[in-house]
Amino acid sequence: MASPSPKSPEQSEKNKQYDRQLRLWGDHGQTALEKGHICLINATALGTEILKSIVLPGVGAITLVDHNIVSDEDIGCNFFLENTSQGLNRGAETLRLLLELNSSVQGHAVQEPPEQILQDNPDFFKSFSVVIATSLGEKTIQELANHLWDIKVPFILCRSVGFLGSFRIQINEHPIIEVHPENEQIDLRLDVPFPTLAEYLNAFNIDDLDLKDHGHVPWIVILYKAVQKWQITNENRWPMSRKEKNEIKDIIRGFIRKDENGIPIEEENFEEALRAVNTALIPTFLPVNIKELIYSSSATNLTKDSSSFWIMCSALRAFIEAEGKGKLPLRGVLPDMTASTEHYVKLQSMYRTQAAIEAEIVYRKVQEIVAQLHCDSISDAEVKLFCRHAHDLHLIRGSNISSEYQMGTVASYIAGYLEEPDVMMVHYILLRAADMFRSEHCRAPGEWEPEADISKLKMCVSKLLSDISCSPFPKDDHIHEMCRYGGAEIHSVSAFLGGCIAHEAIKIVTKQYKPVNNTFIYDGASTNTATFTF
Amino acid sequence: MGDGEAVKSDYQQRRWHNVRKVLERSGPFCHPDFEPSAEILDFIMNSCKVLVVGAGGLGCELLKDLALMGFKKIHIIDMDTIELSNLNRQFLFRKNDIGLSKAKCAVEFVNKRVPGCEAVAHHCSIQDMDEGFYRQFHIVVCGLDSIVARRWLNGMLMSLLQYNDDRSLDQSSVIPLVDGGTEGFKGNARVILPGMSACIECTLDLYPPQKTFPLCTIANTPRLPEHCVEYVKVLQWGKENPWGSSTILDSDDPQHVAWVYEKAQERAMKYGITSVTYRLTQGVLKNIIPAVASTNAAIAAACATEVFKLASSCCINMNNYMVLNMSDGLYTYTFNAERRQDCVACSNTTRTMEIDCNATLQAIYDKLCEDRGYLMKSPGITTVINGRNKTLYMSSIKSIEEKTRDNLKKKITELGLYNGAEILVADITTPNTLTVKLKFSDVDVDMKG
Repeated sequence: MASPSPKSPEQSEKNKQYDRQLRLWGDHGQTALEKGHICLINATALGTEILKSIVLPGVGAITLVDHNIVSDEDIGCNFFLENTSQGLNRGAETLRLLLELNSSVQGHAVQEPPEQILQDNPDFFKSFSVVIATSLGEKTIQELANHLWDIKVPFILCRSVGFLGSFRIQINEHPIIEVHPENEQIDLRLDVPFPTLAEYLNAFNIDDLDLKDHGHVPWIVILYKAVQKWQITNENRWPMSRKEKNEIKDIIRGFIRKDENGIPIEEENFEEALRAVNTALIPTFLPVNIKELIYSSSATNLTKDSSSFWIMCSALRAFIEAEGKGKLPLRGVLPDMTASTEHYVKLQSMYRTQAAIEAEIVYRKVQEIVAQLHCDSISDAEVKLFCRHAHDLHLIRGSNISSEYQMGTVASYIAGYLEEPDVMMVHYILLRAADMFRSEHCRAPGEWEPEADISKLKMCVSKLLSDISCSPFPKDDHIHEMCRYGGAEIHSVSAFLGGCIAHEAIKIVTKQYKPVNNTFIYDGASTNTATFTF
Repeated sequence: MGDGEAVKSDYQQRRWHNVRKVLERSGPFCHPDFEPSAEILDFIMNSCKVLVVGAGGLGCELLKDLALMGFKKIHIIDMDTIELSNLNRQFLFRKNDIGLSKAKCAVEFVNKRVPGCEAVAHHCSIQDMDEGFYRQFHIVVCGLDSIVARRWLNGMLMSLLQYNDDRSLDQSSVIPLVDGGTEGFKGNARVILPGMSACIECTLDLYPPQKTFPLCTIANTPRLPEHCVEYVKVLQWGKENPWGSSTILDSDDPQHVAWVYEKAQERAMKYGITSVTYRLTQGVLKNIIPAVASTNAAIAAACATEVFKLASSCCINMNNYMVLNMSDGLYTYTFNAERRQDCVACSNTTRTMEIDCNATLQAIYDKLCEDRGYLMKSPGITTVINGRNKTLYMSSIKSIEEKTRDNLKKKITELGLYNGAEILVADITTPNTLTVKLKFSDVDVDMKG
């Protein structure tokens, strides 16, 4: 028999290849990723494991900075080296094998030490979306951190020693519009219905409906009617307390139809209404963190160089102060609920239309600002997305890694955790002490003789602790364990961190999902992790 | 030892320098049984046999991780072939490999990249292998996306357990299972010591229930684009049979997907529903779980670390379940999942099912499917009456299903079952036949009401 031939075009090759991840960050997230350019300093096992999970999803380009020659130890723990790589440049060799993973990724290798680049050509780092570094010396860490902080390029500093690992994200300012919250709060405006919604809700009379229609009334309507009934005897207040909400539930139960024996008929929509009482009756309000954002000086003192995020925040403020009457633009999303198709689709289109109207007002305000400042234009779609997620906007303001090397607020923050004592913060100190040991002795602690280095590493720990006015550790066990590791890079530990750090870099490049703020510690021996904010 | 061998041995020493440090040195946090020595690496390399189950997102990572931790005797089993949509994370495969066996390609790649690695591929399903196959391994590590397959494998390892005369567990029969799973930016990794710590069946409630749409909504009151796709899949395809009545809907056939997409769009248009897209259609048809390289890398690595610890005792193992969430910052939580005292798989006791003496066989069938302790898919029920096997109900074979269908409506006592009778239950979730003892609940209680 003749086969039907559907008219819809085949999906593109790229869409098929990236299908499983496009469902997480969308086509626009993919576009952002494809514009990204990641720089890796030192192609250790950790470094290449990070790049692997950035190359596979299709980042635009990678640049490897590495002047080291491949050793047998490197080959033993790095999957992107072959036996024949021995004696060749490590960056060039790993680059060659990494690029085999995805032909659409561009790659470059720079065979110079980062110190020299910093000295001769600091502008080199300007073009990157994120700079990631592994296995850096103490002095270079601070120089590079200072430089990247000044030129506002995000920086991730990574360590992997034995079963321990860490990464620290340094980012000046990182706004996120799409945080993808796990439980998005619903925005229904039942307390302040917009005109079309009010008209629609008021037109309902639940008691008049026949049983079939009764079972298809959306719970929004049921809730609204219950509140209206309650308000008659409660001075038109809005139910707030648990007791008042229970009274609403009783009213809803009263709405449920009974059979001839007086037994309530099971109606899914009324069950849903009862379940929704606690969440859907929260009055519409302006979240504190959004208020802080729109009144922060970045949003109130715009300049020609202000980013689109701050311009949109400013327009949002203007909207809230005027048309919004103190409220955010409507999100315009209706949760799924038992209802007839007609009711649901009608309600849904009402919310969508109102959201579009309000986003349009914000867009006009954005355009006015853009015209005043003579800055780059901001698209309609961008503003719509911004308004849709205005309830969840999130801003990370970071700190310079160098602040961890100075007395001050960061030092007292660390000291606070050490007093508890928090074992994960102890690991952080150990990783720092190992860096210090390396800069003093030109080898990792325990690289040759673990026992002999314990006292030397202990001196480094003591120095770090006294710098932040902390007393020494009562026991040497963690110092001993660090010397046992002898600077070894364990592949599975680096692979775990590699996956995590790649993910953070993708979050930064796509500006979706919240990255770690700002320090992550991993102990593979105890399967423990922690996040600290320095 | 000749010069060549000395050079080679020297090279091996350098190459494995990193792992040797944690294997040949002691530390304050080691497992109490740990005695540092060069023999541990020798055991890992030359004796320890590890089975990797699944050569997908987790399997590729596991194979690489284990090979670089020194393991050589690795077997990997997977029945699937490579597709284009695998390439965003299954990094051992290239476009040229599409259509080939995942297990074979993965093994070929890793054996070539990591000299000395002797990985072996099995291009078949896990059910094709018998007890003898599974018994040869020291450790099994599992990276599957199917819960049913996981449960079957768990059941297999449980069936290998042997008990001493005093009913205590024979430790030498325990094959540890390390299990990883991911979904989008979330994942979990766990260590199971069969018969000793919580197994897959003990913690079935940790898996989220599958999302389903009520048929009446799909047929009469669609609201979401998903409802429209389900309608075409469940009702319209069978009615219209676009490729003839013998062709069932194949969600991997782009022509079929396109047909469903167009019909779903038509239906959506009719009801005023928006946003039926090709991607959504495909997602609903194939029940696609989003997947990304980074989550798979992290979870597989956490599993590989545990395999390394199990093989070497160089650290204490995770106890025993870690969840990972990378969507809001980076969060992990490790907890001790507890054993179910009456677990069907690992408790070594006969399960008792309490049932009304007036109940029908259907009631037993429903309990087996819905009870948190069983959650079976299509249980086949038999019993022994007067020394003879009697099939009460079995849905997997069509002719038997037809013959036994009427039994479902019959009272269990009519079928010859009595208080204390044992039924034997088989299901795709386990390789073993499960014995369940019936306990009639007190009928007097009902009388009062």
